[in-house]
Amino acid sequence: MITDDTLPAGGDTGGGAAPPPGGPVSDHRPGRLRRLFGPAALFLLPALLFLAVFLAYPAVYSVVRSLFDGSGDRFVGLDNYQRMFTDQRTFTAIRNTGIWVLVAPALVTGLGLILAVLTERIRWATAFRILLFMPMAISLFASGIIFRLVYDESPERGVVNAAIVTVHDVFAAPSEYPGARPREGLAADPTLGGYTTTGAHSLGDVVTLPLVGIRPGALPEQAAAAGLPEAEPDVLQGVVWLDSALGGEPGVIDEGENGMPRVTVRALSGNEVVATATTGDDGRFVLPDLAPGEYTLHLVEENFTEPFNGLTWLGSGLITPVIISAWVWIMTGFAITFIAAGLAAIPRDALEAARVDGATEWQVFRKVTIPLLGPLLLVVFVTLVINVLKIFDLVFVIAPGSVQADASVIALQMWQVSFGAGGNQGLGSALVVLLLVLVLPIMYFNIRRFRKERS
Amino acid sequence: MTSSPSPSSRPDLSTRRAPRGAARRAPAVTAAALALTLAATACGGGGGSDTDLGSVNLEIVGPWAGAEQEAFEQVLDLFESQTGATVTYSGVGDELSTVLQTRIQGGDVPDVALIPQPGLVHHFVSEGALVPLTDEVITDMDANMADAWREIGSVDGQAYGVYLKVTNKSLVWYNDDLFQETGAEVPETWDEFTELSRDLADVGVSPLSVAGADGWVLTDWFENAYLQIAGPEKYDALSAHEIPWTDPSVQETLETLAEVWGEPDLLAGGTGTLQTDFPTSVTNVFNDDPSAAMVVGADFIGGVVSSSTDAAVGEQALHYRFPYIAGDGEAVVVAGDAAVAMTDDEATMELLRFLSSPEAAGEWAAQGGFVSPNRHVTADTYADPLTGQVAEQIVTAGDNIRFDLSDLQPAAFGATVGDGMWQALQDFLGDPSDVEGTMERLEAEAAEAYGE
Repeated sequence: MITDDTLPAGGDTGGGAAPPPGGPVSDHRPGRLRRLFGPAALFLLPALLFLAVFLAYPAVYSVVRSLFDGSGDRFVGLDNYQRMFTDQRTFTAIRNTGIWVLVAPALVTGLGLILAVLTERIRWATAFRILLFMPMAISLFASGIIFRLVYDESPERGVVNAAIVTVHDVFAAPSEYPGARPREGLAADPTLGGYTTTGAHSLGDVVTLPLVGIRPGALPEQAAAAGLPEAEPDVLQGVVWLDSALGGEPGVIDEGENGMPRVTVRALSGNEVVATATTGDDGRFVLPDLAPGEYTLHLVEENFTEPFNGLTWLGSGLITPVIISAWVWIMTGFAITFIAAGLAAIPRDALEAARVDGATEWQVFRKVTIPLLGPLLLVVFVTLVINVLKIFDLVFVIAPGSVQADASVIALQMWQVSFGAGGNQGLGSALVVLLLVLVLPIMYFNIRRFRKERS
Repeated sequence: MTSSPSPSSRPDLSTRRAPRGAARRAPAVTAAALALTLAATACGGGGGSDTDLGSVNLEIVGPWAGAEQEAFEQVLDLFESQTGATVTYSGVGDELSTVLQTRIQGGDVPDVALIPQPGLVHHFVSEGALVPLTDEVITDMDANMADAWREIGSVDGQAYGVYLKVTNKSLVWYNDDLFQETGAEVPETWDEFTELSRDLADVGVSPLSVAGADGWVLTDWFENAYLQIAGPEKYDALSAHEIPWTDPSVQETLETLAEVWGEPDLLAGGTGTLQTDFPTSVTNVFNDDPSAAMVVGADFIGGVVSSSTDAAVGEQALHYRFPYIAGDGEAVVVAGDAAVAMTDDEATMELLRFLSSPEAAGEWAAQGGFVSPNRHVTADTYADPLTGQVAEQIVTAGDNIRFDLSDLQPAAFGATVGDGMWQALQDFLGDPSDVEGTMERLEAEAAEAYGE
């Protein structure tokens, strides 16, 4: 957290403070050193002081603090570290941070490269890039709130699920009575789906099939008052109706209760369909032409299929990819801007020469552009890795409380452990030291590269 | 004095810069002088005194902001006009414990702090940062509210906290339009409640909206059921972790909850319940196209209803008591902010006495958004009859009130996102058949948080 972008700048300062280039290295070192050291130290002092107070001291103190317990009074040695690596939640956080580092920076750099190259030669390139850069201007916190809504499970709120549901419903129309279920006399059918009567029926019976789970106002307009048909000796008939219990007798057709039109009813003999009928506006159906015998009645599943409501984006399974996608949306503009600047700086003649030699655009891109952009891509990538290691706010905002433990990353875990309800700053410091250790190699790599570039 | 805090706080700032200790000594000297005057003028009776506190400056730090802060400052104005003292309130929101901790370390404490968690009161007492209430304050408090309130604000039998504003967490809010449309009637017992829920589901209305994304909502469900099933004594024992979470009473409570949580038909959004946060769970019930009929929760749901929906509290938005399961039916789960003294000072105690008085409570009650535990504040004092009802339940419950159990736990167990009680109950909501596993997890995490 502390190191972030400051160290490269620090490297620069160090370079500036080195003996002026070209100055002859004298043999009278001590004298020369003293002469240089005086004013140099004076000029360096503010920067050094600043670094010491705001970087070195907190870093060292964090290490020291991580060796003490929550109250800060008792020295516990490496206990905090042991606890950190044996705790399930911290383990999840470390694993998630790993996923972030592996996936997010590469994705953003790749997308940035593609978009930068694609937008390089279009007419409104600048306007386009500004548009893509805009998300960077929104705070991560606000973006998090936006994406929390975007991925909301309810299709009425979440735009992603709304889109998925719309597409899905084009191919599979929603059923007429989603969520309707039987009150009595019917049971869910494990083999056929839908519902099958529990008892057997024979010719001459009038079967009542009460259903519930639908608001009366949600019935189709043509639904008419339900009524029992007259029993006839040679046909099997019945009625399917919406049986409201509030203000009525369950299982009995009360005044004001309507039949359910267009429900497909089948007569089964064993598991074989022998007749099919559809209910009328008053819910009645007649199964004609049946041979005498015993039948069960079956209401097909298509009548009641629950509406497709999209995916649970914010559930424990998808939460990390969802948050990464939000971060990609925000950071791609950053990558594009840098890479586009790099592209503009590539010498035109190198590209032209390749084209004159008969290289295809793809070959030019792969063999000329990418190698020339290499160092820049690396800078972008490394910056993004550091950015990802300290990711905090997006996870905090997007993950609902119930899955926050599943989405946690090291920085969030550190904050929760030290300043959340637990308040154990010893363990928190241990986590922050871990984060520091993870950033160090990248910093080292960065500094070395800066040096190499200068030499 | 108006409610603008900045001009009056400016002189305070200068004393705050004074060397460590000086700032504390100054009021102490004043206090000594005051003690003499007070001894002469001390008056008995309930509440507000006419004591002249002249040029005393008092500072209160608390979590209230916005409308609550304005209302509270009006209550303080009353104290100022009665005594002549100057009281400054600063609202620090959720950062209260951090602010207090820092100020205690810096040796510059406010005179009075309003602390929402009894656990934090314990913590500060163990640090020696709080001053016990004097006998006068306790006498006044006992005259005004049930003993249970004094006990909640006590540590090792010594009273520290005075409760002015409290919360009734044993309510079920419902959409009256939906109830009338479906002919539903307000249930009184748990069986009636589950039956009504099934009937509502039968007519195609999701009965319950549960904010599974916010663990504390689920702990409120648990506490209400547990307080009735196990009774106040066992509730206290479980609060202090004197009985394990594997106790049969916990099992019975979880099984009772599973009767409702285990049926997807009864919960709005089905599997999406775990992604529903608290504000959404309320708007689900009270927006223009409601997707559920009832939401279990505290009196402050009314505030969410009026700020984020068009429903009118008291008309479409009504509530009834959490259904009766067992016991004598009076039990109420409550929460509230304890006013504690941080300076040993006669004026501070006078302020605490005032806060326990019916006058202070009456002043705020008339403005709305407030519930008092004070038995002398009658239901008609409140701005609306619905709030009056809420307060009446608390007063009638008398010593059967119990403080929100999760707030009494170590924070790591009772108030951490993704951990402890919150996460265990969220997982239980996800799989209500796993009573055994939930109990074991709760016990394991409680034991760890209690350092056993």
